[in-house]
Amino acid sequence: MDSIAHPTQRQFNPYSDNGGTILAIAGADFTVIAGDTRQSEGYSIQTRYAPKVFPLTDRAVLAVNGFAADGNMFVKKVKQRLEWYRHAHSKDMPLRAIARLIQTMLYARRFFPFYVYNILGGIEEDGTGAVYSFDPVGSYEREACRAAGAAQSLVQPFLDNQIYFNNQQPAPGTSHPVHLPLPTILSIVIDSFTGATERHIEVGDGLEMYVVLAKGRGVQGLEDVRGVQELSVTEEGERIFVIRRDLKKD
Amino acid sequence: MDHFPANWGRPRNDAIDLYATHLLHPRPNNRAKDAFADSVQRTQQPIVTGTSVLAIKFKDGIMMAADNLASYGSLARFKDVQRLQAFGDYTVIGASGDMSDFQFIQRLLDDIAVAEIAAQDGHDLGPVEIHEYMSQVMYGRRSKLDPLWNSLIIGGFKDGKRFLSYVDLLGTTYTASTIATGYGGYIAQPLLRKAVEGYEDVLTAEQARKILEDSMRVLFYRDARSLNKYQLATITAAGVQISDSLHLETSWDFAEGIRGYGAQTQ
Amino acid sequence: MFRNTYDSDNTVFSPQGRLHQVEYALEAVKQGSAAVGLRSKTHAILLALKRSTGELASYQQKMFRIDDHVGIAIAGLTSDARVLSNFMRQQALSERMVFNRPMPVNRIVSAIADKAQVNTQEYGRRPYGVGFLVIGHDQTGPHLFEFSPSGNSYEYFAMSIGARSQSAKTYLEKHFESFADCTLEELIKHGLHALRETLQQDKELNINNTSIGIIGPTGQHEKPTSPPGKFHIVEGETVRLYLESMDAKAPADGTVPVPPAAPAEDVQMSG
Repeated sequence: MDSIAHPTQRQFNPYSDNGGTILAIAGADFTVIAGDTRQSEGYSIQTRYAPKVFPLTDRAVLAVNGFAADGNMFVKKVKQRLEWYRHAHSKDMPLRAIARLIQTMLYARRFFPFYVYNILGGIEEDGTGAVYSFDPVGSYEREACRAAGAAQSLVQPFLDNQIYFNNQQPAPGTSHPVHLPLPTILSIVIDSFTGATERHIEVGDGLEMYVVLAKGRGVQGLEDVRGVQELSVTEEGERIFVIRRDLKKD
Repeated sequence: MDHFPANWGRPRNDAIDLYATHLLHPRPNNRAKDAFADSVQRTQQPIVTGTSVLAIKFKDGIMMAADNLASYGSLARFKDVQRLQAFGDYTVIGASGDMSDFQFIQRLLDDIAVAEIAAQDGHDLGPVEIHEYMSQVMYGRRSKLDPLWNSLIIGGFKDGKRFLSYVDLLGTTYTASTIATGYGGYIAQPLLRKAVEGYEDVLTAEQARKILEDSMRVLFYRDARSLNKYQLATITAAGVQISDSLHLETSWDFAEGIRGYGAQTQ
Repeated sequence: MFRNTYDSDNTVFSPQGRLHQVEYALEAVKQGSAAVGLRSKTHAILLALKRSTGELASYQQKMFRIDDHVGIAIAGLTSDARVLSNFMRQQALSERMVFNRPMPVNRIVSAIADKAQVNTQEYGRRPYGVGFLVIGHDQTGPHLFEFSPSGNSYEYFAMSIGARSQSAKTYLEKHFESFADCTLEELIKHGLHALRETLQQDKELNINNTSIGIIGPTGQHEKPTSPPGKFHIVEGETVRLYLESMDAKAPADGTVPVPPAAPAEDVQMSG
């Protein structure tokens, strides 16, 4: 009936949704940024390994989720802007400046947006762990933790409960800790993704967790982690590590 | 930044400088504008189409398969079309989707291949570079809302490394050890994954060929826009080899026993 | 008014078939302080002499990073160098954007040579007043190129440009056959010896006036880089180790030919 009432035109849709989930949690002097590695379209798994988390500098890591083509292009453009900054100033751009840069780059495409949810994690100039989360057109804020993507609605409530202690009563005479230690946060991240893999068809295959440590902080909390791998070779300043885990492939 | 200082501070359009007081060479900033540019009609649907392309990794490289059919809607219009194309000495591209758009892509790649050969400086484009170039072209066109209506598989072997990737009309890309476009994504991909995942480094060329042949046969049985005539491309350290057209042996005996579905059961 | 009859515009040949404006541009390169480049099987390096306008001023910048795999040293007009190096950076980033590979070094040099050539042929333009030594590493190994405002570019085993560069060239010509198998430290030592030849009588190389640019595996005095072997500039205190490795200068008994100093004024040309 509709097609009789109005002439319709098939229109090319320049967007797609490639599933997957990302999250980031800031600690006192470290940040963990993680994402699964499945890329899908509809009910089809396109590949079991397509990274969604990218180190930008020695102290900043960006996770992108949504339309994969936009995500990859966006990361490439951010990296090239950071390269120009390096040319001009002979140093890496600070985290809060990268956050503002990302907001500007996203809003520049307000009327043909990059269909991606960004989470930026790393270490601020004052040495604190930080997470910035963005919507596709550039609204952003600094937070302690954030999940985004296909399983955001599964993971975020879990983080609210485990990180912010929402709906938890501290035992009488005690209070909730302000910052959690690194091993606890790694466990929460892994549990978030195994849980999301169980309940969401677009999440699974593999998990990549990037850990950024503040300058001068030791590796305590990482010594006993299986398969941890350091990315940058320089030992002064901030250090970035990556930890990989398998997730269920079904 | 405009790196031609002679353009700085000058009118941007040649038409403004009526008496040609400046000798302006055509550059991006002063090229004449097409007055009808706003009313251009763009490709909004594929016309003559190719169906699935399949590709897998094996011990010595990459193997790819596509049939020789280009359909015009449901009409089997062209039955001797080559949908696997070699570029340079290391790379093969397999295309499904609109065949005229694929011919345009072939022309683009021929142009850069010619420039690359003309340079003669010991640098050449491998599958990784061609993949990046194609993903930029496809993403660029989708961003102009004027897509090249194809799903492409890029397979190659260079410097001792296998490479297998996918690019489509949205600019979506990925790499995997088995890739299938179109119907192949639903019908052949599960078969390919079962046969290849975890065995990429042990499968021989003969085993890889059989896996692809069996998958092409299943596709011919089930995909109404497919043909029992196909080609195989093999890319190894020895280079690119694209076979002549091969014939799929099929047996339709099982059809004897089928009496239809639903009401017609006799 | 003009030094020569045919030098007011660069599109006009002199009767001898010369373009005087282009030759003046080459003189601008010779006014700049010297830069030296050398290449071994594994490394390509640059060394440059930095000038300072006085006690109160900082030293000029003689080296620019183009990409992880390319760097340049300049002699001549720094402002022209900035425009050209900016262009080279754009080219290098665009090659990474489009083909996901480091731009072949010879192509990045050809790109600026082509730009420079346009300025020697079109009305109303002036040639660039700067010359480059370009080092880089790509698929085909380490490279050293010279770029000059005339639009020429050549590849070298070793080369020098700028004021008194002929003295450095003489040193390099005497030793270049041994460069191929040099370690990084030996290569830098040769480079410093060559650069020393360009100094005026009473001047010496020191940690303030010497820049070293390196592409290739890190040497024994260096910290690892990420990515490994990328272009980096060594300046200041770190240069001391290399300066201390130098041999004492040969006595001025005529064994080292000292060519005439670059003329302070613009050259007089016939035509």
